[in-house]
Amino acid sequence: MSSDEALLILNAALFWVVAVGAVTTSLLVVLNRNPVASALSLVATMVLVAMLMIQTGAFFLGTVQILVYAGAVMVLFLFIIMLLDLKAESGKVWNLWGLLAGAFVAAAVGGVLFFLAGYFSDTVDVTALEAGKQDDVRLLGLELFGRFAPHVLVVGFLLLVAMAGVIILGQQTKQTRQLPTSGQEVAK
Amino acid sequence: MITLGHYVAVSGILFSLGLMGVIVRKNVLVIYMCLELMLTAAMLAFVAFSRFIGNIDGQVMVFFIITVAAAEVAVGLGIIVAWFRLRRSTSVADINNLRF
Repeated sequence: MSSDEALLILNAALFWVVAVGAVTTSLLVVLNRNPVASALSLVATMVLVAMLMIQTGAFFLGTVQILVYAGAVMVLFLFIIMLLDLKAESGKVWNLWGLLAGAFVAAAVGGVLFFLAGYFSDTVDVTALEAGKQDDVRLLGLELFGRFAPHVLVVGFLLLVAMAGVIILGQQTKQTRQLPTSGQEVAK
Repeated sequence: MITLGHYVAVSGILFSLGLMGVIVRKNVLVIYMCLELMLTAAMLAFVAFSRFIGNIDGQVMVFFIITVAAAEVAVGLGIIVAWFRLRRSTSVADINNLRF
């Protein structure tokens, strides 16, 4: 067996393991009753998807995916879940019609996307890409701060506005403190 | 042999699972996580197309998606916490008023 063939088989094995893992963990996100378990499953999904990105040679975006998503965003989610002290949903969680409708819509959309994927099955193998030979961080940086510089500024402003909005939302006003708490019937 | 079709198929499966979660689940936070799952699936498709076509624009798009998603998560969780303070619940069944 030549080294090229070994690389091909190794890449295929890696892809299948990671892809099956990503689908399994995302299924766990949907099916887990406990929000903390859902969030941890989503962290696993994010890391596995980042591995798929890195496999195609998008090293920078795979790293950013792990840092920003699995790191910052999911920690924020876990923080909020623990702040609100959410318990696992008990009793009847699955509404039959809701489950059927959800499964139907998901199967329809997923089926369309899956068959659409068949149109690209005659492209080159992932190992034939210029992965690793191409400097993707440099290329991305040149594009971002060259052609897309105004867009980067706008996105920075968007982050600033979001931060200001969250600060305003987080403020406790006199009015919100007076409202009924802990499951009481709201007085009309 | 792993081609572009495989990546798009995985992306489609992840997207539809996220969509199913949004429809089926009742906890607002879990629905939000499923939205993130759908965004991630779209990002995987963008990266795969970008790499196989050899055009960096898809990766620039993913960079912007990550940034906007981070802002969206911050604002969304802020709204959920503010709403939780009023009603002590995160179930979508309890979100039935436009004014408090």
